[in-house]
Amino acid sequence: MNELLPRLPFADWIDTGVDWLVDVFGPLFDGIATGLEATVETFVDIMDFPPSILLAVIFALLAWWFSTKKIALFTLIGFLFIDYLGYWYPMLQMLALVLTSVAIAIIIGVPIGIWMSQQLMARRIITPILDLMQTMPAFVYLIPAIFFFNIGVVPGLVASIIFAMPPTIRLTMLGIEQVPKDLIEATEAFGSTTWQRLLKVQIPLAKPNIMAGVNQSIMLSLSMVVIASMVGAPGLGTKVYQAVTQLKTGVGVETGVAIVLVAIILDRITQHAGRSKQGGKES
Amino acid sequence: MEEALLKKKIEVKNASKIFGKSSKRAAQLLKDGKTKKEILKETGATVGVNNATFEVFEGEIFVIMGLSGSGKSTLVRLLNRLIDPTSGQILLDGEDIVKMNKEQLRNVRRKKIGMVFQNFALFPHKTILENTEYGLEIQGVAKEERKNHAIESLRLVGLAGYESQYPGQLSGGMQQRVGLARALANNPDILLMDEAFSALDPLIRKDMQDELLQLHEDMGKTIIFITHDLDEALRIGDRIALMKDGEIVQIGSPEEILMNPSNDYVERFVEDVDLSKVLTANHIMKHADTVQIDRGPRVALRLMESLRISSIYVVDKGGRLMGALTAQDAVAAAEKNLKIEDVLIKDVITTTGESVLTDLFDIVSTATIPVAVVDDKNRLKGIIIRGAMIGALAGDNQFINENGEISSDVKVEAEVKAHE
Repeated sequence: MNELLPRLPFADWIDTGVDWLVDVFGPLFDGIATGLEATVETFVDIMDFPPSILLAVIFALLAWWFSTKKIALFTLIGFLFIDYLGYWYPMLQMLALVLTSVAIAIIIGVPIGIWMSQQLMARRIITPILDLMQTMPAFVYLIPAIFFFNIGVVPGLVASIIFAMPPTIRLTMLGIEQVPKDLIEATEAFGSTTWQRLLKVQIPLAKPNIMAGVNQSIMLSLSMVVIASMVGAPGLGTKVYQAVTQLKTGVGVETGVAIVLVAIILDRITQHAGRSKQGGKES
Repeated sequence: MEEALLKKKIEVKNASKIFGKSSKRAAQLLKDGKTKKEILKETGATVGVNNATFEVFEGEIFVIMGLSGSGKSTLVRLLNRLIDPTSGQILLDGEDIVKMNKEQLRNVRRKKIGMVFQNFALFPHKTILENTEYGLEIQGVAKEERKNHAIESLRLVGLAGYESQYPGQLSGGMQQRVGLARALANNPDILLMDEAFSALDPLIRKDMQDELLQLHEDMGKTIIFITHDLDEALRIGDRIALMKDGEIVQIGSPEEILMNPSNDYVERFVEDVDLSKVLTANHIMKHADTVQIDRGPRVALRLMESLRISSIYVVDKGGRLMGALTAQDAVAAAEKNLKIEDVLIKDVITTTGESVLTDLFDIVSTATIPVAVVDDKNRLKGIIIRGAMIGALAGDNQFINENGEISSDVKVEAEVKAHE
């Protein structure tokens, strides 16, 4: 093959393209980086302001509000255990990273999902991009992210957003599509505008699906924390990464368990939030 | 007769709907007179509605009936353009809705046309009240006002007190009442009901039909009702349009469709109908021979002899029924020089012209003389003879009067037979 056809210099093209982007949009990327970094840091500062026990209680109350007493209790114990292990601050850094990336994934992802549910053309174009975002090894977009945003929390955050956004988009679209056809007909027959149909019927009915998407996004974002730590994002991921490089099994397991605890807490809370109050019956 | 006075609410002129990609070519083939099947084979396009033309008058219940796949659901959706017609005109109060832009169409849907769906199509995340309010909510009606309207229309359908429940908590029949209330809350002129009662079990369906008729009587809305159930169509329809393969094969009153099916298809459709629930006394009554009360018994006797009947109804000058006279009594009266009045049987069984045959079986079978049919002023309109009743039930048209006019050719013979 190699002798018959000249090899196309794809890699060179991409490098040139990235260089060009950095040259032209450098200031813009710097601006984005500053903004994102500030957001994450603000999150960390806010959560670090109250004593750890008080924050654990606040989280537990939030869990109670969104889900059940049982999950609230688990949340309290889980957070206190992490505090006891001495990973409180890295845990907060990780949580800030995850929450920021998921918030951005929702802000961008839900409207895109709605758009895709309304326009066939949008769906045709965006679906393969989503496939790409999910299957491309995460390390690959860490490299250009470093070029664009330098080492630190931001490239990790961006990689998390890219990796975590597709489920929110897909499930939003799916949820809106799955609203029964006769309900759509009913909204049309009464003379709803497109926005009225979306806001009053389709999106409320798609809420369980959208929440399932958010839940998936949170899980995927958590799974990125170790990788993000490799480009300098601080948090529990960094502890795991250090344990790996230093072959410290004990520390590795400890931090791993801490990550899993956070994952379980976030998962249970968001699962319940999606299920709540659907026409007075569980759905 | 009345129809000439009525206003045309909806006029559909040559409306067709073809589903599929090559709809233009299919439309051409349709014009050339190809059938639905041929067009499907040649172009892959499906003919939903083929050249439908009909009108609906203000205040009537117009039933569109057909089996599944006959295009009736498509046809009704053309009326509020949930489905756009491929060709044709649809005039609503004289305005062609096919030519309307989105804004105008939305207004028509908001103000003029309400719709009730087969599977209720209630919003599961909204309470009964919120569901009922929906049509008003999207028009931007103030909260208090729309709540009042919604509560009023829930009361109309008998669901007062269920406002804060969710659709999932109600039975099918109740859910459809909500569907009806939701459509009524906008106070539209026209109600489209797409197989509205088909998902309900038979007993509840019948209740709902009765209630719909009652509501129709009270509110006088124009109702277009889609059904695949002939009994339902006959029961509630002022006029019925029968559809097959996207075409309207016959339009007429229930009686017309039953008695004069325009082709084999309609005939096969209606052959299993229980005629006893459709035919009324008006359809089968025969001309009543009468004698006026001030005549002598001998006149009555001679009349009976010449007609070869054994009893005769007695009326006053205004044609009001006074009673019956048997030949025996007339003979006795003549001998004793009494008046008819003195031997008159006043306790005769009567019925009204609108009674259906099911309700007449009992009285006709036990009566010793033919049952009298009277109007609301007790005027004698005709009599019911057993033989004619049985003949009519057998579907024999010679025993059935058209438009309530009594045909005279077979009357004497039938009467005589019945009495022998």
